[in-house]
This record gives sequence, structure tokens and C-alpha cells, in this order.
Amino acid sequence: MTDKVSYAISSDEKNSYTGGTMILGIDVGGTHTDATLIENFELKRKAKVLTNRENLMDSLLEVTGELFKSENPDNLKRVVLSTTISTNAIVQGKTERVGLILASGPGLSPATLKINDDTHFISGYVNHRGIEAAGIDHDEVSRICTHFREEGIDHAGIVGKFSTRNPGQEIEIRDIINDNLKHVSLGHRMSGNLNFPRRIATTYLNAAIHDLYTAFVRDIQDFVGKMGADVPIYILKADGGTFEIDQSTEYPVQTILSGPAASIMGVLSLTDCREDAIALDIGGTTTDIAIFADGVPLLEPLGVTIEGHKTMIRGLRTKSIGIGGDSRVKYESNEIIIGPERDGPAAAFGGPSPTPTDAMIVLGLTKIGDKDKATAAINSIAKETGCPAHEAAKTIFDQTCLEIAVSVKEMLEEINNRPVYTVHEILEGKKLTPQILHVVGGPAEPMAEHLGELLGCPAHIPGHAEVANAVGAALARTTAELTLLADTEQQTLTIVEEGIQTQIPNGFSRDDALNIGKEKLRERAIKMGAKEEDIAVEVIEDQEFNMVRGFHTTGKNIRVKVQVKPGLIAGFGKEQTI
Amino acid sequence: MKRTGLIFFPAFDWAISPTHPEREERLLYTQDQVFEEGLLDFDNIIEFKPGMATPDDINRIHICVPDAGSVITESHLISAGGAITAADKVLQGKVDNAFALVRPPGHHAMRVVHGARGFCNVNIEAIMVEYIRKNYGPKRVAIIDTDCHHGDGSQDIYWHDPDTLYISIHQDGRTLYPGSGFPEEFGGPNALGATINIPLPPQTSEEGFLHVLDNLILPILDEFKPDLIINSAGQDNHYTDPITDMRFTAQGYAMLNEKLSPDIAVLEGGYSIESALPYINVGIILAMAGIDYSHVKEPDYDPVSLKQSDEISRYIEKEASEIYNLWKKRDSIKEDLVGGAEYVRRDRDIYYDTDGIREQQKETVRICNDCGGLLTIDSTASTGNKIFAVIIPGQSCPTCRSKGEEIFASTDKTSLNYAYFQDRDKNIFLVE
Repeated sequence: MTDKVSYAISSDEKNSYTGGTMILGIDVGGTHTDATLIENFELKRKAKVLTNRENLMDSLLEVTGELFKSENPDNLKRVVLSTTISTNAIVQGKTERVGLILASGPGLSPATLKINDDTHFISGYVNHRGIEAAGIDHDEVSRICTHFREEGIDHAGIVGKFSTRNPGQEIEIRDIINDNLKHVSLGHRMSGNLNFPRRIATTYLNAAIHDLYTAFVRDIQDFVGKMGADVPIYILKADGGTFEIDQSTEYPVQTILSGPAASIMGVLSLTDCREDAIALDIGGTTTDIAIFADGVPLLEPLGVTIEGHKTMIRGLRTKSIGIGGDSRVKYESNEIIIGPERDGPAAAFGGPSPTPTDAMIVLGLTKIGDKDKATAAINSIAKETGCPAHEAAKTIFDQTCLEIAVSVKEMLEEINNRPVYTVHEILEGKKLTPQILHVVGGPAEPMAEHLGELLGCPAHIPGHAEVANAVGAALARTTAELTLLADTEQQTLTIVEEGIQTQIPNGFSRDDALNIGKEKLRERAIKMGAKEEDIAVEVIEDQEFNMVRGFHTTGKNIRVKVQVKPGLIAGFGKEQTI
Repeated sequence: MKRTGLIFFPAFDWAISPTHPEREERLLYTQDQVFEEGLLDFDNIIEFKPGMATPDDINRIHICVPDAGSVITESHLISAGGAITAADKVLQGKVDNAFALVRPPGHHAMRVVHGARGFCNVNIEAIMVEYIRKNYGPKRVAIIDTDCHHGDGSQDIYWHDPDTLYISIHQDGRTLYPGSGFPEEFGGPNALGATINIPLPPQTSEEGFLHVLDNLILPILDEFKPDLIINSAGQDNHYTDPITDMRFTAQGYAMLNEKLSPDIAVLEGGYSIESALPYINVGIILAMAGIDYSHVKEPDYDPVSLKQSDEISRYIEKEASEIYNLWKKRDSIKEDLVGGAEYVRRDRDIYYDTDGIREQQKETVRICNDCGGLLTIDSTASTGNKIFAVIIPGQSCPTCRSKGEEIFASTDKTSLNYAYFQDRDKNIFLVE
């Protein structure tokens, strides 16, 4: 199935861009692989093929073959991919066996922390200030490493409690293991945040998908080479940002759950969203909800969850609810129940059960499918409720919209009630008040208006929504974050994501930390593939505490976090949408 | 496993003064440890944002001079609001128990407030307890104060309330601020035995605390049959605390909370912010949630060096049994103490160490067998304020109420700066 659409540039004004920046965005989804070609920030071509799950390369070649029939790949400036390869590997259990070495220290019991039979606890640890409380026993580590080799384990994860406060022990353990294993993932490289159990899960997953992901990267590089293009390749991450493909091999776990991220970035690029907003992606089985604050998609506060693994991976905050166009509608104990099951397509398309889609067809809100079949299905509900078909359809439609709206309100409530830790934030805390509702997905057209009424804001359906993911990937900028902790009593500065711990003088100040943080973030973003014009540094944490012992100030504890937040690449300017 | 609510409010932008123990940094390392342990990821540990208490919540129990707004900051409203949020979540059944890990603390704040005492301005537990009674009906409440300092403020507020059992376990007042909290402080004439003080000698360790818990506190709770148990959870009995001299541990605090099984715990003092609080708080949260806490230990934890002397053990065993005997005799003591008197008065000098204020207070209670008894207070402070207050007790009998109304109406207010009338059952708070 190929659905190639040409898109003509609409006005002379838009032709005035020069330089020919052509970007190829590809979204490899579970069902479809979409590709878009964007030139001068205009959607030039789009194509969609079925994903061949056995051979992704076939899908890629097919979809780009369509796209480049009449285009010259020489004009290409970059390729961006959103892929489900990491997600699928984890969901389907196609992962490597990973040995874990944990320096867990006091706190939760090892039984709670153990995530597989190859988890080993060792004696050293650092405390909350990053001070080594017990040293690493080299013989203990060597014995575990030997055991791994005997067991045929050649992937390891090394994770210490508070390693983000002092990565020294993790590095020391890696150096003991040296080159005896094929791959070692270090906990502090995954994220600068605190959360030992999540650090363990994240490091484990990173090591577990390393080989598969690395092979995928080689295939992609071959594929782009075969297209005759010699351009940078980027991969989309869960936070809606990109990173350069060579850099991505150290952090394959960052690419999990990038599908929903692509969709949200797609909405962003199709709508010129700059205010508080709601985005709904209404599918057959589920509806995904995302929220924007001043046009910036919100992130999961602690990290995304995949297959029961709570990770530290920064990901866009989405809520998925079990209600969609094809949800099964049934009548039970005087109640109409919608979803969460999907028995198949809507009755109008030959499915076995009545669905909200059928209700919308009966109501004349959409003209798709076989209206007789839809009416018959809705009649089965109408008989049970004892009302005319039209009324039953109305009830089903209203209830579908209402349940989605209630979930959106709950999500907003949750975000607006998130705990904060300063008096200032309690008194001044910003509350999200969405100004607009963006709806994509099959039933967007018939449902958007009513959903907007329920949520108290105008509804908008972006154009080209069927390739939103590929557009979102193509236009996403490179993101990065960096966490700094300066402890002037100990005279140390830790830049954890880079694994750096260095000496600082007594007079080290918060401004020094901020300046170093911004500079190092810039370097990190460039290394990850960012273009200079895309690096808008944002300070997301900036705290300074007097450390008082006895009644004397003995130093300062300075905490700085900086980021390049998710957004669209520069040049995709104000008031512009695809 | 239990569903445990956590209200965490470290007030990272509030301090009494930059190097004061009650400062921004106090819960910083606790936050780090709680986050690093990933406690908020447990399905049965649920974090809630604190609400804000209102002046009405404060006026239900305090007489603030001249008014609530003048003696508090927003931080106090959030701290008390955090305790109230904890109570709401428990009483609405959203969680089985809750821990308000909030600051600033409150247990040195007495009924009349001219300023701050012992780092406290208003009593966040008392504000919470009266909020509960107002919104969820009358309740028998037991407050177990495990702060190392005697909770003289909480004792003062509940001195005359037979429905609130206040038990304080603390370092002997002869060796530590505020210098009170002896076993003979046993409650007012209408509420004998509803105040229990258990002073412990310096250098008491885990076994001493747990002995008192098993042999004194738990048996008394069995007999008092409270609807709610509240742990006023100070953390300064820890062996590393800089301003006390005890040998309690994170393991000990966790065990205590497991055995006590409080419905609500509210943080009080505790100023070993780096070596003790992170471990104690993780221990308490795990114990309340029913999660294995056996690995929560301070890096330098050494049970052998922390063991208490045999002499201390014997002293505590003897004291515990004496206090228990006193409790058993509580009803017969009243007659000896009160005789035929209609009113009983106590005169006190109260010092506000944090604000350097002195207060002279005359408190008169009506002897009553039907309620906590009408209360009148004459108070003069070194700030120049002279006040008179009439306080109708909660669950008041008609006689105490009508007498109180008469007294307030006939009081000559010309010589006073302020006169207060407080009737929490009727939600009346008057200032003239």
C-alpha cells in the first residue's frame, strides 16, 4: 500500500527562502512507516508504506524510493529517524543478558533492588554529598567479572547509589573490568538526576539493547549511503529531541518510546503552538493526551516507564487511555461501557461490535464506512437501552467525548498539583490554562468540536496530521541537559553526565557554576549534533544553600541544571507551520 | 504494605536566619536521600502537595497577639497546611497513614502566642487536630511526641483536654531546653492522665526508647483507645544531633514507627541534617509504608558503641513502671488535688527564646465533669501587650459556655490591649 501525496509550495513568498535546506524525516511505526521531505521548511512530499517488521530496511527503501522518485538526494542536508527498534526489542524481550554490579550502600533492601538473577551487590558506596563512605573492594569486583565471563555474560551495567553526586566509584569499577567484557554501561551517564532504582533499570536496559541498536545504526548508515547522501543522520529521543547517530550508540536507551514524542513534535510543527495547549491523538484503541506549557511539551517528571521498567529517560509526558474510535461499546447493568477493549474495526468496516465510530456514522458526523452496518450495530445497543438508534448513538458519542475530556482534566489537575518545595512556588505557582485543543487521529474531524466545548477551549485539527510523526522528527532540534553540583566545603565540582569531578577554589560562586554549566552544555549539545543556532540554554535548577556546621557557615552547596529544551530547529520561525 | 501519603515541604527559601538550625538547608539531604532511594516510585507511597492553613484554622486553637497574621509567615501556613493535608488524605481514606515532612515545626508553640519559642510560632499538630475535629467530628486523639525536647507547647494546649492524650518522650528537662516535662506534669484537673511525660536520661539508646514504648506507651494507648494516633516526629534523639545528648538511631526511629503505627506523623525538630535526618526519614517512611527498612543505617552506625549503660536501663525500667502506676491512679488523684474548688488557677512565666519575649500568664479553669472546662487567660508580655481571653472548650457543656459568654460580656476591656473570645464548637472568634 503506497499513498504518495505531492504537496505544492503555495506562495511566492515562501519561495523566497534560499539555500535549499532539505530534510528527510522518517517515522518507523509499528504499523506504518512514514516519510516526509521538507524543503525550506515547507512540506514538499510525503509517503506512507506498511512497516515490514521482519525487515525494516525494506520499508525504509520502499518509502524513500517513493519520496525521491523526482527529487535529487544531493540537496539533502540531514536525515532524521524516529524508530521503534529499541522499544520493540524491550517489549519483545529481544535483549542481551546483562550482569549488574550495584554499589547500593544503606537504604532499600537488596531484595527490592534486584532486577535479574545476574545482579551482584558490592561493598563500596558514596553518600548523599558524594563523599566515599566505603571503598571499592577490587578483588570482589574481579571475582564478579570472572564469574560473568564464565557465565558467558559480556554486557554489564555498573550502578552506584548517589553516583550522580560522585561518579568516581562507577569509573573505578569499570577500570577494574577493563576490556574483559564487550560492553559496559555506567549509571551516571544515563541521567544527572537522583533515583537509584530508576538508574539501575535504565542502565540495565541500555546495556541490554546495545548490540541490537548498534547493528541498526550500521544498517541506517549503509542505507543513507546507498541513497547517495553524505549527510548527518539524527535519531529521535523520547524527549522529542534528536542526537547524532554516532553519539546515539552510547545511549540507545534514550531512543525508547520516541514514537509518542514524534507525534507531539509533529503537532508542534503543524500548529505553531505557543500557548498552553492540549494535544489529543485519537486512535482506534487508545487516545494519547499531551500537554504544552507556553508551547513547550511537558516532560515526565521522573522518566518514562516501559514494560514495567521505571527509567530515568527524559520523555515527553503523555497519558494513554483505553478509549478510541474502535473501542467496543457494550451495555451492562444499566450502563454504556466504552472500551478499553477493541474487538476489531468499527462495525461499519466489518467489525464484530458497535463502536464510537459507528455512533458518529449514525449521527451523520462522518461519511466513512457502511452506514447500514453501523446502524445495525448501534441498534443492538438501542434495543437494550430502550431508546431510538439516533438517541443511543448520541449517548455513545457524548460519553466517548466526556470520558476523554475527564481524563484530560485529571491530567491537568495532576500537573497543576505537582508538589513544589519553596514558599515562592506555592504562592506564585503557574497554573496551566489551555487556550487551544489540537486533535489528530482518525475521528478528529467528528469529535474535535464537541471535545473543545467540554474542555472550554477552541478545537483545531492540523493539516497533514497523517504524517505528523515524520514531520515532527524532521524538525526536532537536538536536546541536551547537564547537572552541576558544587560543594565549596569539599572544594569539588561534579558535572555528572560528563563524568567529571574537579577541584574548585573556595570562592567558587553560583555565577561560576552557571557560567561553566552553560558553556559545558553548549559543548555537549554540539557533540550531540546540535547546530549553534539551536542552542537556547535554559536554566532549570539554580539553587544555593549555606552549609552550616555548628553555627558557622562552612561552605556552599550549589546546584545547577541546564538544558536545551525540546523544540523545533531554528529557521522554523515564528508564526510558521507546515 | 500500607498506602502511605507523603507531604514533603522543605521550604527551600525560608529560614529563621542564615545560620540558624531552622534554615533552608535543613531538609536538603533528606530530599536527596528520599529521591535517590526512589521512594516516590513505590505504588503505595503517594506524594501530595501541601495546602495552606488559614487564619481561621489558627484561631480555632491559638490566641495570637495581636493577631495570627502578625506572628506567622506564609511558611507557617504551608507547614500547618501540610499537616492538614496529611490529615485529610488519611481521614478521606485516600491513604492508610501519612507523614507530613514539613518545616518549620510547632510543638513549642503554646495556646497564647506573643512570638516564637523554640523555633516555633504556631503549633502545627494542634492546628491539624482541631481541623480534624471541626471537619470530621469529635475524635479521641493521642499525640506521641518523640522529639528530644519536651513539647511544652502541645502540653499547654492540651493540658485541660480529656479527649487528647499527649505523651512526650524526651531528654530529661534538667539537661535540656525547655527544662520542663517531668512525670508529675500530668494534665489539668479536668484531664488528669491525659498528659504523660517520660523524661529519659542523656545517652539513652534504642533499647531505652523501645522499652518505654513497649511497657508504657503502648499499654496506655490500649486503654485510652484513641481514634487517631499522631506521631509528633522530632528527630533530635539521634546520636549525631548537635544540640542534644541521646543515642537513638535511624533503625530505632523506624522500629518505633512500626510499633506505634501512627495514622499521621508530623516532623518536629532534628538538626543533624546531614548525618541523621536523611536516614531517619527514609526509615520512618519505609516503616509507615510497611516496606523492609532493615538496611537503612547511618554510614557510621555501630550498635555496640551506641549501647546504653546498665545503669540507664535500670533507671528507665523503674521510671516506666512508676509512670504507669501513676496513670492507673489518675482518677483517684483528682479528688485529692481539687477538693471542693470551683476554679483552679496556674500562674506562669513563659519565655520566648527565639524572639526574646517574656510573658506572665494567669490561666483559670472551671472544674467540670462534663467537658474540658471553661478557660480564662490573663497575659502580659514584655512587648507591652496585655490581653484577656475566654476560651470555651471543644465539646463544651452548656454551663461552661454560658459562664464564658457572661464573663466575656462583663469584662472591663479598657485596661486591655485586646480581649479574645474563642468558641471553636460554634466557630466563633472575637477580638475586641
